[in-house]
Formats: sequence, C-alpha cells, structure tokens
Amino acid sequence: MVYLDHAATTAVRPEALAAMTEEYGRLGNASALHGAGRAARRAVEEAREDIAGALGASPNEVVFTAGGTEADNLAVKGLYWARSAADPRRRRVLVSAVEHHAVLDPAHWLGGRQGAVVEELPVDGRGAVRPEDLRAAIARDPGDVALVSVMWANNEVGTVQPVAELAEAAAEFGVPMHTDAVQAVGALEVDFSAHAGLAALTASAHKIGGPVGAGALLLARGVDPEPVLHGGGQERDVRSGTLAAPLLRGFAEAARLAAAERDEHAGRLARLRDELVRTVHKAVPDAVLNGDPRDRLPGNAHFSFPGCEGDALLMLLDAQGIACSTGSACTAGVARPSHVLLAMGADTDTALGSLRFSLGRGSTEADVEALGAAIGPAVERARAARGKRRR
Amino acid sequence: MTLRVLAAMSGGVDSAVAAARAAEAGHEVTGVHLALSKNPKSYRTGARGCCTVEDSRDARRAADVIGIPFYVWDMAEEFDRDVVQDFVAEYAAGRTPNPCLRCNEKIKFEAVLDRAVALGFDAVCTGHHVRKAGGRLVRSVDEGKDQSYVLGVLTREQLEHAMFPLGDCTKEEVRAEAARRGLAVADKPDSHDICFIADGDTAGFLNDRLGGSPGPIKDESGNVVGEHQGAHAFTVGQRKGLDLGGAPERRYVLSIEPVENTVTVGPRSSLRVAAIRGDRPVWSGRAALSPEEGELACTVQLRAHGEVYGCTVRAHEGGLRIVLDEPAAGVAPGQTAVLYDGAAVLGSATIGATEAAPSPATAG
Repeated sequence: MVYLDHAATTAVRPEALAAMTEEYGRLGNASALHGAGRAARRAVEEAREDIAGALGASPNEVVFTAGGTEADNLAVKGLYWARSAADPRRRRVLVSAVEHHAVLDPAHWLGGRQGAVVEELPVDGRGAVRPEDLRAAIARDPGDVALVSVMWANNEVGTVQPVAELAEAAAEFGVPMHTDAVQAVGALEVDFSAHAGLAALTASAHKIGGPVGAGALLLARGVDPEPVLHGGGQERDVRSGTLAAPLLRGFAEAARLAAAERDEHAGRLARLRDELVRTVHKAVPDAVLNGDPRDRLPGNAHFSFPGCEGDALLMLLDAQGIACSTGSACTAGVARPSHVLLAMGADTDTALGSLRFSLGRGSTEADVEALGAAIGPAVERARAARGKRRR
Repeated sequence: MTLRVLAAMSGGVDSAVAAARAAEAGHEVTGVHLALSKNPKSYRTGARGCCTVEDSRDARRAADVIGIPFYVWDMAEEFDRDVVQDFVAEYAAGRTPNPCLRCNEKIKFEAVLDRAVALGFDAVCTGHHVRKAGGRLVRSVDEGKDQSYVLGVLTREQLEHAMFPLGDCTKEEVRAEAARRGLAVADKPDSHDICFIADGDTAGFLNDRLGGSPGPIKDESGNVVGEHQGAHAFTVGQRKGLDLGGAPERRYVLSIEPVENTVTVGPRSSLRVAAIRGDRPVWSGRAALSPEEGELACTVQLRAHGEVYGCTVRAHEGGLRIVLDEPAAGVAPGQTAVLYDGAAVLGSATIGATEAAPSPATAG
C-alpha cells in the first residue's frame, strides 16, 4: 500500500506500542490510594512530564483528554463559559474561517445555543489569517471578546499560521487565545511557553505515532475553563474520567521521540514533499498546489485538479493501492466542498476537485514514484467522467 | 471473463446480495451508495427508503462483509433535476409519472453508468428482480417481485452494461442468502412508495410545490358536479378523495385538464380504454418496429404490477398505436407501456393519449 494520508492518522511507533503493552499488563487506577494506584499515577505523571517537555509547557499545564476533538471542545466551550460567567459582556468568539470542525462546530454551537457571537476571521489566498485582521477585530471592542482560536497549522492545505503574531495581538488586549496544534506537533517547533498570549493549546497522540484516543489541552497558569465532562475531577477539576495510563504512556513516548527527532524528520519530509509536488506537476502540469508554497507543514501537499472530482480521483487511486484524502464528507459519506478552500476563495468545483497527500514516517521515494505513475491516467479518467455529468 | 463491476448499493437486502453474487462470480466489484438527497434527513426517515444516513451505513457495512471497496456518490443534483422535478412537472401537466422508472432510466443507467464507464467500469450491477437473456430483459422467476416494468425503458446499450444477478430466484431466497452470508440487512423491510416523499403524502408534496388552486369537477357532459383543491392531486382511475356528495353511482377520474384546471369524472365503464398512443418508443428486445412492418402482436403492461394485455402494435411517425385485445381500466397518461414477448421485454413507450372503448351498454 502507498499510504499518503499520514495527516489523518499515522502508524503507532514501536516504542509507543512497547510502553503501552507494558502498561496494559499492569493493574491500577491512577486515582486510587494504594500501591497499584500509585504505580499507575506515577506512569501518568511521568507521561505528563514528557509531554510537557516536548511542548515547552510545565507539567501542571497539561490536561489530558481523550483526543484532539475533546481538547478543542474544552478550550472553546470551557473558555467561553468561564469568560462570559466572569463578565457577561464577553460574548464574542473569534475563530479563523479555516479551523477544524472540532473548533468551528463548538463555536457555532455556542452561537446557536448559548448566546455567543461568532466571528470568523478571513484568510488570504494561501489560507493564512492576517494578524492585523485579528487586531482590528479585537480592537472593535476588546471588552466583549471571550476568546480567540486560530490553529497552528491547517490540516487540509498545510498552511502555517503566524501564531506568534496572533498570540501577541491577543496578549495586547488581554484576550485568551487557543490554538489547535494537532498537525503542528512533531512537524514544527511548538513551544507553548514562548508565546505569552497563548492560553491554551491542543495536541493529539495519534498524529505523531501515539495511540488514537489520547490528547491533551495545555492550559497556561490562571486559565481555567469550565469543564465539559463532569465527574471525578481527575484532571484539575477541569476534566473528569479515569486516566488511561497505557494510552498516555504511548502518547508520551511518541511526543518525546517527535520532539527529539523533529528537525531531521521535518527536513526529510519537506524534501520528499517537494519531490512529490514536482512529480505531480510533471504528470499533471495544470494541477494547482494549494496553501502557502513555503510556509506549510513539511509533509503536506494539497492540490486542485481542474476538471476533476476529488472523489473520483480518490477512488481511482485507491484501486491502485494509493491512499489519500479529499477533505470532508457529511455523515452519509457525501463529499462536501472544503470550507477551507472556500474561505481561501476557491469556487465549489475547485474545492470538490482537490486531494491532500500527506507524508509521514515510513514514506519513501517509491511512494512518490507510485503516485507519479498513477496520477496522470487517474486525472485523465476523472476528467472524462466529470465531462459526462450535466451539472 | 472478469468484469469491473460497479454495484449500486441502496442499503437494502437485494442490492447487497446482488453485489455479493457478482463478487463471488469472480468479478472485480466496487460498491457505491448513491446519495440522492442533498440533505439526507429531508427525505424519508427510517430504514425504508433509499437516501438516509442509516441506509448509507447499511450499504457500507454490507460492502465490508462482502469484502469490496465502497464509496458514496453524490447524485443529488441529477436526482432532483431528472426525477423529482420531472415528477412535479408531469403531475402539473396532468400526467401520472413513475419516478422509480425515471430513476432507473436517468440516474442508475445513465448518470451513474456513464460516470462508471468513464472511470473504467464495464457494468453496473443492481438488485433488481429481473434477468437478462440473449441481450433482452426478462421477467424474474419471482413474478410477484418482478421489476422488468420499471426497467422497460432501458435501451439496448444501457442493458449491455447492466448486470442483474437476482432474476433467477425469489425474494425469500434472497433474504435467506443474505442471512447465510452474514449480511445484517437480511431482515430489512422492503422499500416501497416514493423514496423522496418522506411521509407518503404525495398530494401534500405536490401541493407544497405546485400550490393548490381550486377548480371544477365535471361529468362527461360538462356539468359541474363538484370542486377540487388542485388538479394535480388526481390520477386517472382514482375514486377516493373525490367527495362528490350524494352521487347516484361511484364515479372515477377519467381525465385531468391542467390548463383548464378541470377534473372530469364518470362511471367505471368510461374508464375502459381500447387503444393507446405510445410516445417516444424504445426498443431493446427487437429491432425498432417500422411503419412498413405492419402489425406486431405481443403483450403489454400498463403500470407497475399491473395486468398484462394482449395487443397489436403499429408504428407511425413519432410513435406507436397500441390496440388492446380487451379494454383496460385506469390507464394514466404519463405511465409507461412496456411491451413483452412472453417474459421478455421488447420495448416501451410513454402513454400519451388513450382512446375510450365503447361502453358495454352502447356497444351491445
């Protein structure tokens, strides 16, 4: 199989699997007071320290969750509830138009059900938020902003956001900013402590070689969202649920390795990605690379193929054993035009005619060559099929 | 010969077993669920129709069990234009369309087939209860479930690319086979009615789209005998819903005049039709009948699950004249006349106009 969908999920690293397997062989609830509980607690706290170290945070800033989606929900809803409870004027939620649905949907849910006023920050043609737009949006009435959420790097087109400048703008007005760094961790330098304005950051284990089902929300000191999950209060009373010691050890192992190997890994991916872009352009000269040509995730290549439908291309490549992604689909499985591409100014046909190829550990030049051999004929077929449609 | 087969999978038991049989026969099968509604919740809810999230999941799960790739194809725009809007326009014109037939003609064996062929497939496989023999479409061995009528509009070229693995067995056998194969859809109820009318209220659906404009109900002599709230709520042969008060005998809808917004009613005997004008004929089971050829003796079916009549057919420019051996009742313009040679489909034509049979009283 030629797996070019590492941004969706990537293989669990053997070191993470070994740590998890060991921990699954042990009995104990990290909240229990006896010896078995203390052993589990120790595993969890060591994992917390490793993850904090990898992300430039202090261990007590780490709140474990069941994944990126939960962390994003906790950040957006929890901060909105806490900030608006402290001052009812704070109703505005500023999010970029290209956020993952795990941020956009909670924000719009708050808008529809909880009285929030959601403003989507526009992006430029490369998918980047302009810091002056954020500054202007806050400055209109700094006293009514509940929170800002702008992702570190976009999961679809790979564009890296100017997080430092955005955080600075938020800090100027004393507004908490959350960033979804799920795609950035392991690929870019993610240093939570380096940005004074960053109040919260989302990380996920399975995007970096850890297990599915584990994530974290980093919360700066003094940032206390209302809980989304109520119960035993295991995580600073902000998040409840028995801590999954095996998953967290796997997460920690993956995070530790990702941080240690980041430069070398990112460099290798970027070179391979550039090769992939050249290869695709050679086979399909009019393919359009979306996102920022330089300031993008090292493993991400996202193209629009004029005159094609992405789902047809995906099927043709899948039949050749090549795995890639079209972006979003509704619950019934129908391809939907990507909100990210639409926000970047693409029309619906272009948005539907796009594919993401994402590289990761294990990606090779042979993968790129296989794509190069398959993409030309696939595009030709998909164009013929598109031509048959009367729409 | 191994074919590359696209199996249309509705999420129901028939299409699941059809796909499984095609795969077992050694073909390279890919399952595709057709999303026919832009908003799956707006059409039928529950697991009876063809376009719900559950159906999509059921189809995906069946594909998993069979072990074939599975995708969802968005055909909502085509479905809305070629089936739903056509359905509404036909009613507005005083005709009675059959949307299932239109969906087979325009969606499954046109939009989907064309896309499939362009993408490298050889055939489209469905779970219809019909057979193919010698290039002809033939009724299923399960006469109660036979679906040759709703496929009677297909051309020879469309049939060449069609695969119907279920025509040689009964529905009960299909269900038993689904259970044996571990397909969870084995017990799923049959779909029926019109998939895009969620509650089965066709008159309400049409009223929402066409508006109800009241008009007269007249008898055959032109006397006004009542009022209707919208001519599109009626179908030729209909008796229910006329509400004509103390009429001396049961009366039936004889014709619908959309321009004058008039519904004409009369006794059952006036429903009897002796001959039919067939528009836009399609010949899949024989060469096109030419005017020079003279009469063709065959049988004809005039609606889904309807009776079969002996008939003689003549071609003239632009259409057919189908003379029935014995009068038929309730023949609605807009439906399709499917011509058969025994169990094999010869061709079809849209019922354009009908000629009344002399009533028994006057004929005597």
